[in-house]
This record gives sequence, C-alpha cells and structure tokens, in this order.
Amino acid sequence: MDIHEYQAKEILNEYGVKIALGGLAYSPDDAVQRAREIGGRVWAVKAQIHSGARGKAGGIIICKNHDEVANAAEKLLGKRLITHQTGPAGKVCGRLYIEAGTDIAKEMYFCLLVDRTEERIVMIGSAQGGMDIEALALTDPDAITKIYIDPAVGLQDYQAREMAFTLGIQADSMSHAVKTIKGCYRALRDLDANMLEINPLVIAANGDLLALDAKMGFDENALFRQPKISELRDKTQEEPRETAAADRGLSYVGLDGDIGCMINGAGLAMATMDMIKLAGGEPANFLDVGGGASAERTEKAFRLVLADQNVKAMLVNIFAGINRCDWIAEGVVQAVRKIDMKVPLIVRLSGTNVAEGQRIIADSGLPIITAETLAEAAEKAVQARNEVVAREA
Amino acid sequence: MAILLNETTRIIVQGFTGKIGSFHAQDMINYGSCVVGGITPGKGGQTHLGLPVFDRVKEAVQEVGAEASIIFVPPAFAADSIMEAADAGIKYCVAITDGIPTQDMMRVKNFLSRFPEHERMILTGPNCAGTISPGRAMLGIMPGHIYQQGHVGIVGRSGTLGYEAADQMKRLGIGISTSVGIGGDPINGSSHRDIFEHFERDDETKVVLMIGEIGGPQEVQAGLFAKENMTKPVVAYIAGLTAPEGRRMGHAGAIISSAGESAAEKVALLTEMGITISPTPAAMGETVAKVLAKL
Repeated sequence: MDIHEYQAKEILNEYGVKIALGGLAYSPDDAVQRAREIGGRVWAVKAQIHSGARGKAGGIIICKNHDEVANAAEKLLGKRLITHQTGPAGKVCGRLYIEAGTDIAKEMYFCLLVDRTEERIVMIGSAQGGMDIEALALTDPDAITKIYIDPAVGLQDYQAREMAFTLGIQADSMSHAVKTIKGCYRALRDLDANMLEINPLVIAANGDLLALDAKMGFDENALFRQPKISELRDKTQEEPRETAAADRGLSYVGLDGDIGCMINGAGLAMATMDMIKLAGGEPANFLDVGGGASAERTEKAFRLVLADQNVKAMLVNIFAGINRCDWIAEGVVQAVRKIDMKVPLIVRLSGTNVAEGQRIIADSGLPIITAETLAEAAEKAVQARNEVVAREA
Repeated sequence: MAILLNETTRIIVQGFTGKIGSFHAQDMINYGSCVVGGITPGKGGQTHLGLPVFDRVKEAVQEVGAEASIIFVPPAFAADSIMEAADAGIKYCVAITDGIPTQDMMRVKNFLSRFPEHERMILTGPNCAGTISPGRAMLGIMPGHIYQQGHVGIVGRSGTLGYEAADQMKRLGIGISTSVGIGGDPINGSSHRDIFEHFERDDETKVVLMIGEIGGPQEVQAGLFAKENMTKPVVAYIAGLTAPEGRRMGHAGAIISSAGESAAEKVALLTEMGITISPTPAAMGETVAKVLAKL
C-alpha cells in the first residue's frame, strides 16, 4: 500500500527526520493560507499523487508570491498527472502539499527496502541525488552503496556512519545524519513498510539535512497490526474496480485487453492470461476468485469483470481442488441467469467432480461455450471475441 | 524414495482443531498420510479426529514421534508456530497460511539459519498448497487424486497451476515423485533452488519441472544451480507474460519491481542456462514428456 509524500514526511518527522515546513491544501485558498503560515518568499506547490517522477510530469511548481501559489493550486487540483510510474491512465491530484522553498547545497539519494535475494532489509545510498537510481545502477554502479541489515540486531551505528560517509556528509553533520538514517530504519521496521525512498535527501545551504521528497510503501500482509497506517489509504489514488474488488475479498488487476477472466489461483490466472495472449487475444483483467468460490462470490466476480465496458468475451477457468466443479458450475449458472450477460461466456472446469460440473452447465440450456483443456479454452475465448468484433464492425 | 515426505513420515497439524485444520487433516488421513496428532495450545489432552491434541509441539515430538508439521495457524501467529516447530526438533514443516507479514518471515529465516545445518528444519511455504509424494503421503491441501505416482519432480509457486501441470501429466500417463509448493510470498522457506538440491539427490526423480512466475530472483538462481550442479534435466514454465510492471498479480511476491524479474527476461536467462522451456502453460505435460523420451 502506498501513501502520499506529506504522510510519509509526517511519519519520518516523528522518527527524527528533518523536513521543510509545509502544509496540506485542498483548494487555492487553502494553498495561499498555508503559504502565509509557512512564511518566506519561495514555496513549492506539490501535487499529492501515488507516484514518483512528479516533477517531470509538471506536478511540482515553484512559486515566488501568493498569486503564483493560488494559480499553481488552481492548475494542479483535479488535474490528471501522467508519469512513467502511473501508466497512461495517470492519477488525479486531489490534494496539494505546500512546502517552504529550500536552498539546496547538495542532493543525495537514500532508500531502504526488502531485498528478496538476501532476505533482509537493504539500505541503498548514493552521493548523486535527484536522479533515477535504476538508471544510475546501470551507468555507474560504483556510485551506489548497498548495506544489508541483520534482522536480529537491526541497523548499527557503524552502518549508518558508513552510509553517511558514502553520501559525502561532513564530520560536523555526522551525528545528525546517523540519527536521520536510524530514524528511517526504525520507521520502516516499526510500521512494517517494505520501501522507504528519500530522493532527494538534501543538505540545505544552512547545513540542515532534510528529506525533500519521501515515498513509503507498506506490506499489505501486515496492515492488520498497523491500524494507523491503514487509515492513510487514499482510495482516490486506486483504480476504482480494483478497490471494489479488494473490498469484496477478490484480487483484481485491470488491463487493456478485451477478454475478461475469472480464475482460481494467482498462478493459474497468470497462466490463463498468457494462454489468451498466445492464442492471439488480450486479457482485460487478472482476477483470482480464491479457493472457496461460493455462488455469491462467483456472482460478484462476474459483475466485476463485466463492469469493464471493453470486455467482449469472458473466460472462466477453474481447477477445483478444495472446491468442487459442481458447486462452481451452479454458481456460474446462477450468475449468468441473474446478470443479463451480453457477451459470450467460455467455461473450463477441471479437477474434483468435473463430470458433474459439466453436466450442470450442459443441462442449464444457457449458451455457455465449454472447453476441456486450457489451450482449448483460450482458443475458444479468442474465437468468440473475434466473432463479436466482426459482428460489431 | 521421493523427497521430504513419504508414507512413514509422522505428521502433526498445527492449528488442528480449527475448521480449516480439521478439514484438511481428515483429507490427509484419507489419502493415507501418517497423521499422528495435532497442536492447539490450551486444548492439550483432548482427542480430535481420533488423534491426540497437544499444547506444545515438543510434546508431540516426544510422545508420538512427530517429524513433520503442517501449519494452518492465522497469519498473525504463524511465524511463531513455525519457530516453535523448528525449536521442538520438527524436520520438515509446510506453512499453508496466506498473509504472513514479510518482516515476520525475515525473522523466521534468520531464526532457522542459526541452527546447524543437520539440525535445521526444512520449511516450505508459506502461502502454498503443500507437498505431495503421490501414492505415499500428502502434506497439503491439494486434490490428491489428480497426482499419479512416477518420476517427475515438480516445484512451483502456485497451487492451482501446479494442479494443472499434474493433470496434464496424468493425461499423458506421466507420474510424479514429489510435488512441492514453495508459495507465492516474497520471502519463503525454501526456494526453487533448495528443492532442486533435494530432487538431484533423489533416485526416483528423473526430470524436474519448475513452475515459476514473475517477481524475485529465485527462478534464475535455480537455473544457475541446475546448470552448474545438476545431472537431471529441468523443464520450466514462467507465468506472467502479460503482467504489467509494478502491479501485484495476486501473490504478494508476484510483482515485477526490478530488471530481470519479468517472465520474458526469466525465460531468456533460463534458456541461456540450458533449461527446456515449456512455451505455454498448456504444454507443460508434453514438454516434460519430450524430455523424458530422450532419457
């Protein structure tokens, strides 16, 4: 789960990380009010969307007077920002963070994340800040330092000092730098974050070490014990259908294709989507209905898939283990009867009680196309989709 | 021989008396697994499904000779149960639980690493369907009847995609020595590579099928291990050709977050390492059949 920059900064500040003065605004009037409260002569008006690279997308505007602040706020609020992280759909800006302008002496890169190879937290830093770390890793890997943290004892002072020296921090700022780095680690550990990125971390002209940007991502499996973090969720930054799915306990990811999918199990779902692609089609979504797909759950899943206006055919692929094909078949028949389905439906059942499941589908008298194997199911789905497209044309 | 599990392996169920634990314990017993009891703290001394319930894992080890355990404990308490099993001297543990926090799993791995290697519990999962040595024993939640006994070792992240593979193989008359689910989480007990080591040592296993997916480094690490250390041929399928970057596809670990983690990149790297790739998920069975025919 992602949170906004201003939320990450509030958290980090509680853990001893210095940030510039700032405040949240929902309107141009708010924005000017915040600028007044902050004081000074330069402000950054920053769009709060769940994405990095906002600067390049025009989401950060530097202002020199209150009129400029108001204009920048007017321009950004409600605007859809497209960055390389948001994808072509972009994300709509609903809130702004107004921050005091900082006189920057030096920019650095700092992050903490879960390393899946080492199975521990890794701290990554570079004296070259403000740029794409993945690009830097390719062009100049020596400019990046990685330090692994032992989960049993946590981040040690010598490791934090090592990172600070790597970042090029001078001796007189060392104790504050160590405090900042250790604060970041404690925030990540205590709050079950799986990612924390400060890009750039800056030394201001007055010598202060500040987090000028901040990004945090949290482990969704740990939200049950992080109620304060759960409250920071901003549903406006999520795809509405994915939010609706998550609220119903279904795992859904919307895609650009036109063959809707309902499958049990994440691996089989990905494999079925691959099969659709190999058969010449494009999947409209990823949807794992999970193990205990009841009739009620099946109907919800159908409604979710069909809510996508692009869907021209729908493929159901269930491998019943704990589940039984006859139960699934009943659920599918019920869902189709209840929902006025306008697109062809292809169903492939396999596993426990498969013969009984197929009989229920056949006896229903509904125009359901059935398939025995995964390959046959994908081919029939693509064929049905092509016929719909041909009819429409 | 099969790996990790056979008909004599003495099994306990952690989270025994709960609804899910009871259901699957009965299913394992019906399959022929040697289930000798279960753990539910506070219910020690009771009898459940005709078997003794213990408060602590170490009692089950002492009193009924428990060697393997399967965990159905809810996510908040699962890491604790895994560590208790390891400390009590359980040799092999399958964690079925989905939703264990990543930092809990980091602590579990760290905890396990402190045991000397010959005393260290093997953990597979979490967030998996378990392990089955067909015809011998099942330590999991899979439909046992779709697995035929034979000579192909399967290791995979996904439950239902593993069933799909077993089913394709059964249709072709190909049997399985052991099928191991390593689960869909970013940090798991055993990697593909760890399971490869067991299959390489197993006389009964002639070919290994790896069912991987997007995200993480484990498929490529396994490929490298196979290239350098294995005499047995390996077949692989990697799910997620259509998965967009940066989006989590159901499994907590199924996310392309850095270079080399997409299905296409993994397939390219594995091909270079001499692994036979199943070009589609529908061809896993026939690809294994072709490799078996060449032996």
